[in-house]
Amino acid sequence: MPLLSLKKLSKSFDKTTAVADVSLDVERGEFFGLLGPSGCGKTTTLRMIAGLEHPDSGSIEFEGREITNLPAERRGFGMVFQNYALFPHLNVFENVAFGLRARHKPNPEIAERVKGALELVQLPGYEKRRVDELSGGQQQRVAIARAIAIEPALLLFDEPLSNLDVALREETRGELRELVTRLGLTAVYVTHDQEEAFALCDRISVMVGGRLLQTGRPRDLYEHPAQLSVGKFLGRNNLIRAMRLSSSKSALGEFKTLDGGHVLRAPVDEKNPLPLNQPCILAIRPEHVVVTKSKDEPENALPATVREINFSGATSSVKLDANGLLIEALALDANELKVGDNRTVVLPPERIALLKDE
Amino acid sequence: MKRLDPARFVEMRAEGAHRFLSAPPVREMNSLIFPRGFTSGYLRRALPTRIRTVYSMPPIAISPRRRVWLSPRLIVILTTAAVLVYGVIYPNFHVIVASLQQDGRWSLQNYAQALSQSIVLESIIASVGVSVLTVLFCAAVGIPLAFLFERYTFPARKVFATFAALPLVLPPLVGTVAFIFLCGESGILARLVQSALRLDHSPWSLRGWPALLLFHTYTMYPFFYMLTGAGLTRIDAALAEAGRSLGASRTRVLMRILLPQLTPSLIAAALLTFMTSMASFSAPLLFGGGVRVLTLEIYTARQRGDASLALTETVILAVISLSALFFFQRYEGTRKFASAALKGATKTRRAIATGRARLIAIACGVLFSLLLVLPVATLVLVSFAREGNWTTQTVPTAYTVANYVRIFSDPRASEVFLNSLSMSAIAAGAALVWSLSVATLLARKGGRRWKRLLSWLILVPWALPGTVVAVSLAEAYGQPSALLGSFILVGTFWILPVVYFLRFMPLVVRAVQASLEQIDAALEEAAASLGARWWQRFSRVTLPLVWPGALAGTLLAFVIALGEYVASVIVFVPTNRPVSIAIASELRDFNLGTAAAYGVVLMAMIGIIMTVATRLERRRG
Repeated sequence: MPLLSLKKLSKSFDKTTAVADVSLDVERGEFFGLLGPSGCGKTTTLRMIAGLEHPDSGSIEFEGREITNLPAERRGFGMVFQNYALFPHLNVFENVAFGLRARHKPNPEIAERVKGALELVQLPGYEKRRVDELSGGQQQRVAIARAIAIEPALLLFDEPLSNLDVALREETRGELRELVTRLGLTAVYVTHDQEEAFALCDRISVMVGGRLLQTGRPRDLYEHPAQLSVGKFLGRNNLIRAMRLSSSKSALGEFKTLDGGHVLRAPVDEKNPLPLNQPCILAIRPEHVVVTKSKDEPENALPATVREINFSGATSSVKLDANGLLIEALALDANELKVGDNRTVVLPPERIALLKDE
Repeated sequence: MKRLDPARFVEMRAEGAHRFLSAPPVREMNSLIFPRGFTSGYLRRALPTRIRTVYSMPPIAISPRRRVWLSPRLIVILTTAAVLVYGVIYPNFHVIVASLQQDGRWSLQNYAQALSQSIVLESIIASVGVSVLTVLFCAAVGIPLAFLFERYTFPARKVFATFAALPLVLPPLVGTVAFIFLCGESGILARLVQSALRLDHSPWSLRGWPALLLFHTYTMYPFFYMLTGAGLTRIDAALAEAGRSLGASRTRVLMRILLPQLTPSLIAAALLTFMTSMASFSAPLLFGGGVRVLTLEIYTARQRGDASLALTETVILAVISLSALFFFQRYEGTRKFASAALKGATKTRRAIATGRARLIAIACGVLFSLLLVLPVATLVLVSFAREGNWTTQTVPTAYTVANYVRIFSDPRASEVFLNSLSMSAIAAGAALVWSLSVATLLARKGGRRWKRLLSWLILVPWALPGTVVAVSLAEAYGQPSALLGSFILVGTFWILPVVYFLRFMPLVVRAVQASLEQIDAALEEAAASLGARWWQRFSRVTLPLVWPGALAGTLLAFVIALGEYVASVIVFVPTNRPVSIAIASELRDFNLGTAAAYGVVLMAMIGIIMTVATRLERRRG
């Protein structure tokens, strides 16, 4: 039984639909990510889980019990807000103790638990500080300490790292993941940052326009996007418009690209073949594109001319033109390449994902 | 206290758990999750490998929502409704009905009679005319002053800024009295001019339109000055710079960029000025001369015993005020700018460095500061004058503290302070409690129509002139009424606190609402997610954050109630006279010194309270 399950949740504000028909399951001990561009409804979904918004339809179950109508204060879920929402009139100790006081815990126990929580987030001895004296990173940790001090049944994060600078964000990211794992907590984490979601989450749901497009492990989503919009949203991608040529029963199908007129081979799902002569999209990541000098590559080798080289530190992005078909490749070392060089571009079939044209 | 090992923290979680699942030992989990010996992270240091087991979720207490028949929310809604029905809806409804009846029959006779009298028509024209002119005059004075003092910096600036709002906290009656002493026909200024020019009679008389407009401009220009100043500081400095960089001249920037952005502030200032001027009573009473404004007409009609005329005029005044409010709010709504949402560079004041401009600016600062302080200084001076001693001299010749001794030693004289203090405190305290509950109702999500109706009903007693509020309460609760049964409010101690409460609670509601709006909604959500119930969220998060602003608003209402005259004069009880009534009666007996002393003590009390309120306000920011 999943720990948390959302069943056909929908929510609209006035006339705009924020969340449409979202269903998902979060397993116990999982770090679950909701990833999507801003305004896609991921925060609304999180707020419905927290009990801060009431869904228009659908239900939320926790440990098999229906909690759709349970007010936020009875759910016992800890939440870390994007702007931290620390109480400005209370010091660090009282902020962390807030949830414990609301539960009428005895003072010695509160003191002990606050101390423990602050040590967990590496802020021991900060009890008497005012929250506005703290740096952004420290405020962030207080917010996390406050959420874990109540021993949350579920920990909810609403883009908690988006207000930190890049270096601090990456450091805190690692610490956050360790903390959640160590305490054996289950977390739902909302972010628009794909890298962050990949680094943190066990499983991710990609949300666009209020709908869940795909749920899966980060690597699966990256390599096998189920839909064009998922492929577009997650990282750079070469999206090649093509038509299926043959209906061969083999694992590899033949496609003719609309630009350049090349014939490419790509894996097809035998059980669910695309109709012939319908436009579709072949997607391949730039880092999987091979650029070579030799001309005798077995499959999917296209002669191409280098059009553009963009140096960006560790890698360079190389844009090539294969008879009108533009391909982007990622090269670790582009020293040998010059604009105007003739090369061979290889698109390894096992790296090509087949997507429906939307 | 025992030092807590972080490892204990995790175990503690499990101790309280009623039900748990065992999970793989942590070391094993580590190797699963962090295969290549993770190095960074505070957990590595904070949590040694001593933890044996990580338990699953602690259980959450899911108890069904308690069904209480009389929930706090219901109580709040019921009291709100009761106050609005008793205080706002019924009295006004009663007045309208009464004005539409003659000898127990429905008719428009009252209106026909009232409008056929030239004096009523004249007073309508006078009221509206005075108000419109007041708005124009105040704008002409307040806007340039705001530009001068809020955009530039020079030596005398601070002096003026300190005194700029002085006329706003001066009770209208006290201000009127001070004005008579200063520039009345036998006031200090008139005598100065008379002796300088060796005239055998006073050079002017402080009567009629010029006197009214002068006084109104003095007391109401701060609306324009302060709102324009606030508007100016909100405008992004980069906008003017962008205009200049696109080749616009200074005047063009002013006309095309600054003024259009100031319109919301200017409309708000015009509204405040117009409404205050419509409600003005003390000045027309004491030096209006031939200008018979509506407020005064209502008062005299009641004094004459012509109740139906008073009621009809009350309805007319109320209709004019409310339509002005409606008109201005409509217009304001069309002129909102979204630029407030942008983060702008903070506007810094420019220093005036060049010689002549600097001299002129300093001269302006000194001159206007003097003009502001002079009436108050005059009042203080006269309060020390020996009674009956100041007749034809420029300033009183003999000084004494006898006036102060008198008002503090005579119990009948000193008790008026206690009366005013206790009645204002009751009204302000009730307004605070009520505003807190109303503001939380208004802050809730949903029910937009109800909330709009609620806001309007709250605004009504503020928009209605004090005369209207007092007359409608006096009429509605002056005889056994449908709502109060045999209890008659008029003639009891409670009539004035009720009137004060109704008149000034909109101020407090506004202050509380403004503070509430500044609170991040996420704070209350955070409190809810941490398990705080409705009452805990209110008392531990909302209230502490709203408190300074709410208290500042309450103190402002308290201060204004202390010097209230307009409504008091209509419904006060002789055994329970407020300060303003005492001042007016001393003035009638020509005890000028005593009247001034009352005024000075009142101002001192107001000054102290306002200082406290300002401190509170500052602590909030």
